[in-house]
Amino acid sequence: MRYIPNTEEQRAAMLDVLGFSDEEELFGDIPESLLFSRSLKLPPAMSEMEMLTHLGALAASNAHAGEKACFLGAGMYDHFIPAVVNHMALRQEFYTSYTPYQPELSQGTLQAIFEFQSMICALTGMDVSNASMYDGASAAAEAAFLAGGTTKRSDVLVSRSVHPETRRVLATYLPLRGMRLVECDIEDGVTNLGDLKEKISGETAAILVQQPNFFGCLEDLASLGAVVKESGALFVVSANPIALALLEPPSSFGADIVVGEGQPLGNPLSFGGPGFGFFAVREKYMRKLPGRVVGKTTDREGKPCFVLTLQAREQHIRREKATSNICSNQNLNVLMATVYMSLLGPQGLREVAEQSLQKAHVARESLCAEGGFSPLFGAPFFNEFALKSPKPVERLNRHLLTEGFLGGYDLSLAYPEYPGGWLVAVTEKRTREEIERFAVCAGRCGE
Amino acid sequence: MNRLEPVSFDTSVPGRRGCVLPPLDVAEKAVASLLPGEMLRREPACLPELSEVDVVRHFTRLSQKNFAVDEGFYPLGSCTMKYNPKCNEDAARLPGFALAHPLQGAEFSQGALRLMYELTEMLTEITGMAGVSLQPAAGAHGELTGIMIIRAYHRHRGDEKRTKILIPDTAHGTNPASAALAGYDVVEVASDRRGNVDLDALREAMDDRVAGIMLTNPNTLGLFEETITDVADIVHGKGGLLYYDGANFNAILGKVRPGDMGFDVIHLNLHKSFSTPHGGGGPGSGPVGVGETLLPFLPVPLVRKCGDRYEFDEDRPLSVGKVRSFYGNFGVLVRAYAYILSMGAEGLREVAHNAVLNANYLMALLKERFLLPYDRTCKHEFVLSGKRQHDSGGVSTLDMAKALMDYGFHPPTIYFPLVVEEAMMIEPTETEGKETLDVFAKALCSIADEAEKNPEGVKTAPHSTFVARPDETAAARKPVLRWRREE
Amino acid sequence: MMAKVQEGLFYTETHEWVRVEGRKAWIGVTDFAQHAMGDVVYVELPEVGRTVSKGDDFCVVESVKGANDVYAPLSGKVVEVNDALEDSPERVNEDAYGSWIAILELSDPSESAQLLTWEAYRTFVAETERKEG
Repeated sequence: MRYIPNTEEQRAAMLDVLGFSDEEELFGDIPESLLFSRSLKLPPAMSEMEMLTHLGALAASNAHAGEKACFLGAGMYDHFIPAVVNHMALRQEFYTSYTPYQPELSQGTLQAIFEFQSMICALTGMDVSNASMYDGASAAAEAAFLAGGTTKRSDVLVSRSVHPETRRVLATYLPLRGMRLVECDIEDGVTNLGDLKEKISGETAAILVQQPNFFGCLEDLASLGAVVKESGALFVVSANPIALALLEPPSSFGADIVVGEGQPLGNPLSFGGPGFGFFAVREKYMRKLPGRVVGKTTDREGKPCFVLTLQAREQHIRREKATSNICSNQNLNVLMATVYMSLLGPQGLREVAEQSLQKAHVARESLCAEGGFSPLFGAPFFNEFALKSPKPVERLNRHLLTEGFLGGYDLSLAYPEYPGGWLVAVTEKRTREEIERFAVCAGRCGE
Repeated sequence: MNRLEPVSFDTSVPGRRGCVLPPLDVAEKAVASLLPGEMLRREPACLPELSEVDVVRHFTRLSQKNFAVDEGFYPLGSCTMKYNPKCNEDAARLPGFALAHPLQGAEFSQGALRLMYELTEMLTEITGMAGVSLQPAAGAHGELTGIMIIRAYHRHRGDEKRTKILIPDTAHGTNPASAALAGYDVVEVASDRRGNVDLDALREAMDDRVAGIMLTNPNTLGLFEETITDVADIVHGKGGLLYYDGANFNAILGKVRPGDMGFDVIHLNLHKSFSTPHGGGGPGSGPVGVGETLLPFLPVPLVRKCGDRYEFDEDRPLSVGKVRSFYGNFGVLVRAYAYILSMGAEGLREVAHNAVLNANYLMALLKERFLLPYDRTCKHEFVLSGKRQHDSGGVSTLDMAKALMDYGFHPPTIYFPLVVEEAMMIEPTETEGKETLDVFAKALCSIADEAEKNPEGVKTAPHSTFVARPDETAAARKPVLRWRREE
Repeated sequence: MMAKVQEGLFYTETHEWVRVEGRKAWIGVTDFAQHAMGDVVYVELPEVGRTVSKGDDFCVVESVKGANDVYAPLSGKVVEVNDALEDSPERVNEDAYGSWIAILELSDPSESAQLLTWEAYRTFVAETERKEG
């Protein structure tokens, strides 16, 4: 047994110290009727070689962005990840350590989180960031709870242009605290301001929009912010962190909380997880922040160092009165994001955003020119856009896959009102040649 | 590494780059012609500017400021800091897993779906439950999901009066926090002198307003709840459900199954019992399992098998819904699947045997020197009290924990569970050999000696780490939570 | 070590002190409480204008060890809070009886008859300290 060092002789010697003659005696406190008498029905144990061969075969039967040019986004994006990111994540000191509860033995993790928090604040314009949440969707749910707790109101007004998965998670979470999800209509791909105004009430705790929204369109945060300001509700913006390298931060438009899915920052698609959710707030909500936070302090000799702080409201201390039940953060994913942002810097990150923007616009033009596709919306967009496809989207994507592409998202799955809706994402990784061929293949499909 | 590593922002040099993109190969348009000007950033985001070498050195040096399982013994109670196999890391990084998009369609993700389906089947067999959802992202997330399922079950039966959840006083903090987040009032149940749930207290607390009880078994004292069948009878008798917190599942792998003990809902921590790395605090994975009657309430989607194909099952009208986006921490699932395949049934049983043998052996080596409040066969961990040392020389458990650092060990979990004063909760796991336990026991006994002879030396530990005893009060009074230029 | 108990104040078994003057009551946490909590890092002051009933948790004192609810010893309306504690929470440790948290305008001054006198509280604290060794 390669992960279990004790030999038969050692085990016998240890049992001897305990005064036992048989290891079964160690389990003598378990009622006999409960003891599992047969052997678990599991596949026979595999050697490392067999296991890797088996998993290699399973992996090979998946389509993936390593062998197909990925034009699929819808919340998870195929950005380039420099080799350094994976190499740092494979440092055993990072990935085989636990939560930094003993600061003397975890300054590396603590400082990396502090740097991460600083970077998230820089991107979002917020004052304080936590050490991360499970994902963008659950971060939005925690934001709703923070707003509910602060305003003592019950409704969360969410635009239908927010990611469908985020809205589904909100629908699961909100009733737990007696809160309600109220959806606001969309118009030409963005939040319908008139409908939003109409649905704001004295019970509105938070207003949640996404930037860029699920359709890739940019919301008019300035107008939305002005409306929210008068409502007494908290303004929650779920943002794509890459876009924030190019866009004015949500803080400038009155956001109180900025959350989002962090996967685009140096994390692989990984079939939807693990990524991480980021969560940043204005200073006045600092002590209501759910989850872990790292602060800078000094040690007994005055050396600068880092500790987990503001822990008094966390579950391990406050138990049933805790702000949230969250214990872990997605720390290794946060580390990858921090390494990624350190490598790219302000210029690099902006270039990733700009190239994605430029290429997405070229792709939309090509698809509309080549294949009879037409834009579904007129609003300005970032790296993703919705088209109306003249052919069934499922057939289109199947065809594209055989041509070496992961095609766009079938919008009708989440929005029945857009039959033939096709959501196409373009990152800096896509080349002109890929974009041109994608448009041609999409146009030819069905011919 | 014994030197100060500056915050990356402080070493930033304008113009440095650690990653350069290929030149834009499409016709460039003015950004202002594509996006409204007022939406564009007026100032670049304040991020550090570093070369690739700077970044590699910075994070390598930071890594060297961590203690990790690969470096040495890490006996944190209830955290199961076992070895994380390297081949599992390689498996999770196979491009077909790491680069698969969650929305590319089941038809083109058959390998991923098969893995999820088979892992579900394995966990179902290992736990004796009827079905498992892999969606929750961590243990606490699994707890919350499990409590949501209990809530949905009672409501579906039209039973709206159950507003309370019972939780033993030995429970992890996440238990009451999860129950409270799901809208329940938490009622604490005392434990008895043997460390089991006090059956009389339980009978008294249990009525038709209780939705269920959350139990960890073995509990956080490392003790098997010997009267678990009575607990199940009492709770079920009044219409309540039993929730199993899988934090300590490592102790009973292949020996006894939560389903057979009478539990209705469980969660597992794949990052504890199934060897996936802790990553400095995540990502974890907290699958939830349920008995037959609760199957309809599991989160969506599940994966089902139709002939030789696998597909997502979304059509489950009684489901609690989605608790996170997509399907869970898939990359963690790959590692746990690889682990179970590597171990097999016999291997998993050996895990439990060695974890329990190691804990009992280490307890035997230490119980003469330290107060052992519950002196009986333990499971995967045990809890000592530092009260003797505290009362005689004023040396606290925290001091002794810090002193262990000077011997090259990570300290155990301290001041938990709350029912033991000056608690020290020690979990060696099965991936340590006898000689490591011997050396650790010797170190802890020397610290106990020193606590008597030279208490000041222990009170000022650690002496070998680069930083020691950070000022947590100052950190919380005037929080500095991000880098600022003026610093 | 015996925690300080100040003469002339009223007390609760949850370790709040009260100074009653006419219809107004000054409220803080006792020396015993600050000692048990350890270093106070933050006082979440109640909202001015809020009405509280006797026994409600009406503000939170955070220490490094935990967040502790402060219960309203009497019923009434919060008319003033001690803003100085926002920047200097350590005052609660330095001078518990000088660091009032809020002033209540009492809705029922007769309730104060149910509070502990300073002598009764002194006995209560001595007993508690003895039990906790």
